[in-house]
Amino acid sequence: MNFSIFLLALFDGVAYAALVFIVALGLTLIFGVMRILNVAHGSLYAIGAYTTVSLVGYFLALGFAPAFAFPLMIVSAILVGIVIGAPLEYFLLRRIYQKSEVLQLLVTFAVFMILEDVQRLVWGTQPYFNSSALQVLGNVTVFGVTYTAYQLILLPLIAVVLLLGMRFFLRHTIIGKLITATTEDREAAQSIGIDADRVFLFTFVIGAVLAGLGGALASPTTSILPGMGADMIVLSFAVVATAGLGQIEGAALTALMIGLGRSFAVYLYPEISVLVPYLIMVLVLLVRPEGLFGSPAARKI
Amino acid sequence: MPTRTQSSKPSNKVNARMTSPLSWLWIVGMAVIIAVPFLVPSMQLLVNFALAKGLAVLGVTVLLRAGQVSFGHALYFGIAAYAGAFLMTSMPATDFFVILIVGVLGAIVAGLFVGLFVVRYRGIFFGMLNLAFSMIFWSILEKFYHLTGGADGLRFTRPTVFGQALDHVQFNMVLYYSVLVLMVALGWFTHRWFASPVGQLFQTIKTNETRLEYLGISPKRALLSGYLLSAALCGVGGVMMGMAQGVVTPEYVWWVRSAEMVFIAVLGGAGSVQGAFLGALIYEVVRTYASVYAGDIWQMILGGFLLIIILFAPGGLIGILESAFKRDTTKPSAKTGDRK
Amino acid sequence: MTEVLLETRNLTIKFGGITAADNVSLTINAGKNLAIIGPNGAGKTTFLNICTGWLKPSKGQVLFEGQDITPLPPRKIVDRGVARAFQIPQLFTEHTALENLLIAASARQKRRNPLVDMHAIPERTEMLNLLDMVGCADVADALVVELPEGQRKLIDIAVALALKPRLLLMDEPTSGVASSEKHAIMEILIGALKEANVTSVFVEHDMGIVEKYADEVAVWNSGNVQLRGTPAEILEHPDVIRDVIGEVV
Repeated sequence: MNFSIFLLALFDGVAYAALVFIVALGLTLIFGVMRILNVAHGSLYAIGAYTTVSLVGYFLALGFAPAFAFPLMIVSAILVGIVIGAPLEYFLLRRIYQKSEVLQLLVTFAVFMILEDVQRLVWGTQPYFNSSALQVLGNVTVFGVTYTAYQLILLPLIAVVLLLGMRFFLRHTIIGKLITATTEDREAAQSIGIDADRVFLFTFVIGAVLAGLGGALASPTTSILPGMGADMIVLSFAVVATAGLGQIEGAALTALMIGLGRSFAVYLYPEISVLVPYLIMVLVLLVRPEGLFGSPAARKI
Repeated sequence: MPTRTQSSKPSNKVNARMTSPLSWLWIVGMAVIIAVPFLVPSMQLLVNFALAKGLAVLGVTVLLRAGQVSFGHALYFGIAAYAGAFLMTSMPATDFFVILIVGVLGAIVAGLFVGLFVVRYRGIFFGMLNLAFSMIFWSILEKFYHLTGGADGLRFTRPTVFGQALDHVQFNMVLYYSVLVLMVALGWFTHRWFASPVGQLFQTIKTNETRLEYLGISPKRALLSGYLLSAALCGVGGVMMGMAQGVVTPEYVWWVRSAEMVFIAVLGGAGSVQGAFLGALIYEVVRTYASVYAGDIWQMILGGFLLIIILFAPGGLIGILESAFKRDTTKPSAKTGDRK
Repeated sequence: MTEVLLETRNLTIKFGGITAADNVSLTINAGKNLAIIGPNGAGKTTFLNICTGWLKPSKGQVLFEGQDITPLPPRKIVDRGVARAFQIPQLFTEHTALENLLIAASARQKRRNPLVDMHAIPERTEMLNLLDMVGCADVADALVVELPEGQRKLIDIAVALALKPRLLLMDEPTSGVASSEKHAIMEILIGALKEANVTSVFVEHDMGIVEKYADEVAVWNSGNVQLRGTPAEILEHPDVIRDVIGEVV
C-alpha cells in the first residue's frame, strides 16, 4: 500500500464515517432519551436521500443553479422529520412507551417494513443518482491525491458541527436541559411541570431529521436504491452499539473507527470490506458487552 | 410481549385439552393436510413450503417464549439449506436423510458459535445482533461467489431416498410427508420441552433473571439451550425448503426472510406451537394469491398487519381461536405450560 | 463448639463517595439465627449482596465453610448451599406460585430431561407442602403477578427454601406482611429452619421479631457492624435505643 492509496483510504474512511455518524447520532439520541431503538431509522435515511435527489432533479430542471442543491438537502431532512417522524411518534410510539422493549422493537420494525415499500412505491426500484452538490464544490488536492471537497471537507465539517452543536444544545440550552432532565427521570421531570410528551416528540423529530440529513448528504455520493435503508440501520446500530447505546461522543469515535476500518479493507481485502464494521462491533462487544463507552447497568435488588 | 393468555387459570387437567373443541379442529386440520396431495395436488408444493417455513417459525416462537425476538434467524434457515446444497453439489445423489442431518448440524454448530455471543444480550441488542450476524452471512454468500454461486445461489439435483433415485413426483411425496412428520414430531417435542423443567427455566428469562441466577442457574446457559433449539428448528425448515426448491440463494438469509418468520410467529400467536404452523399456512396461501395483486406492497401489508396484531390482538390467531372456543366450554384451558 | 458457617474478612465496597461496606468482618455461626438491624442506608442489603456474589468487594473476602467464595457468581454460591430471599420479591411473575417452587426444585436437581413435565417431578408434593407451610397453599395455582405483596414475599422465601440451603439470607422477610400475621409467619419459618437445620440471617426492622426469633443480633451503622450480641444485650444497649429503635418507633 503506497502513500497515495493510504491517503485515499483515509479520506474515504473519514467521509464515510461522517455520514454514518450523522445517522447514528439521531439513532442514539432517540434511544438515549426515549429508550426506543427505532429500526425505521434506516428508512428515514433512505427517504431523506430519495427526497433530495427528486427535489434537486426537479429544481435543476427548472433552471436553478446546482448550488441550490444544498438548501434542498436541508429542506429534505426537515421534511423527513416533520412529515414522517412527527406522526410516527405522535400516533404510534406514544402508545407503546409502557410496553416491553421487545414489543417496541417489533413496532418500529413493522414501521420499517412499511416504509421500505413506501420508497418502492414512490421511487420505484431503479437507482437514482445526482451528484450536482459534489461538483459544485470541486476537488482539492492533498499530497498529490485529488479528492472531492464535498466529502473531504464539507461532510466531516458538518459531522463535527453537529457533534459540538448537540453537546452544546443538551448542556447549555433550556430545551436541551429539559430533554436531559426527562431522560434522567421522567416522572420527576413531569412533576416539576415538564411536558414529557412534547419533549419526546421534539427529540424524535430531531432524530428523524438527522437520519434524513444523513441521507440527503449521502445522496450526491452514491446511487440511491432500495435496500440502502436496511444496510444503514444495521450499520448505524453497529456504531451505536459499539460506542454504548446513548453515547453521543462515543458514537463519533466508533463511527470513525468503523469508517476507517471499512475503507482500508476496501483497498486491502475488498471481499471482507462490508464485514469490517460488524467484525469491529463483535470484537468490541466480546470484550466490553456494554460498548466502549457504555456503563453496565447494575440492577438493584 | 404478547404470549400466553393470562386469563387461563392454570390447572393440572392435562386431559382437558383432549376433549376440547379446539383439539378437534387440530385433528380435522391434520387430516386435511394429510389428504392435500390427493385432493388438491396443485396445493401440495404450497403446503410443503408453508410447513417448512412453519418449522423455522417455530424456532422464532421458542425465543419469543423467553421474551426475546431475533431479527436474524433466517441465518440458520440459510446455513442449513446451504450446508445441504454444498453436500449435494460435491457429492451428488447423497441420501435425503444425510442431507437433512448435515443441514441441521450446520445450523446447530452455527447456533452454538453465534449463540455463545448473543446470549450475553437481551431485548434490543439480542434482536439486532442476530440481524447483524445474518447480514454478515448474507454478504459472505454474495461476495464469495466462486464458492457460493453469489446471488444466483446453488442449484442441485434431487437427493436419493434410501439409495433409490426417485422421479419428481415420488420425491415430492417423500418431501411432503417428511415435512409433515417433522412438523408433528418437532411440534410435539417443542411442546413437551416448553413444559419440561429445562424449558421452564428457559422461559423464566422473560420474567426474572435475578431469581434464576439465585436458583443456581446460569441465565446465559438457560437462554443458550433454547437458542440452540431455535437454530435447529430453523435449520430443519431451511434444509427442507432447499430440497423442495432444488436451489438455495442468499435470499434465504436476507433480513426480509427473518422478518417474515417473526411476522408469522406473532401472527400465529407468539409462543404457540400450533400457531407457528397455522400462521405459516395462512401466510403462505394469502401471499401466493395476494402477491398477484399486491406484490409491490407486500411488506407494507405485513408491517401494517403486524402493528394491528401487536396493538389489538396480542394473542395472535391462536388467541382469537381460543377465545372463540372458550365460549363453548366451561372447562378451563390447559395449564399455562401446556399450551402447544 | 460453635461452628462457623460463613465468615467475612475486611469487606469493603464504595459507591461513588459512599462507603457501603467499611471493613466488615463478621462470622455467622451454624445453627444460629442472626438478625441484622440498623438504620436505612447502613449497608445491610449491600452486605447480603456481597455475601451472595451479586456485588464484588473492592477489598476483603467471603468464606463459606472455610472456602473462599468471593470471586464466585451468585449461582455458584447458591450451588454451595447459600440461598437468598429478597426485600423486593424476585419471582417468575408469569408463573403460578406452585410453578415458582417447581422451577426452584428443578433447578436444585439440575433436571435436564426435556420430555418430563415439570408438574410431574417427584418434588411436587414436597413443594406443595412448602407452600402450605408459608400459608400460601390456597393460591398455589394463582399467577404470582396477581398476588398481594405479602404473599409474594412468603413465596419468595419458600422458593429459597426449596433449594434446601444450609444458609438462608433474608432481606426483611416480614415487610409487606400484615403486622397481625408477622409473628405467626416467623414462628412457622423459624420452626421450619430449625427442623431443616438451616442457619439464617435476616435483616429486620421490627424489634419485637428480633427479640423473639433471633439468637444473635448484629447492629449495622455506616457500613459496618457496630455491635453484636444476644437480643437481650443489644436491644437494651443505649446506642441501639438511640440510633436504631428510635428511628423505627
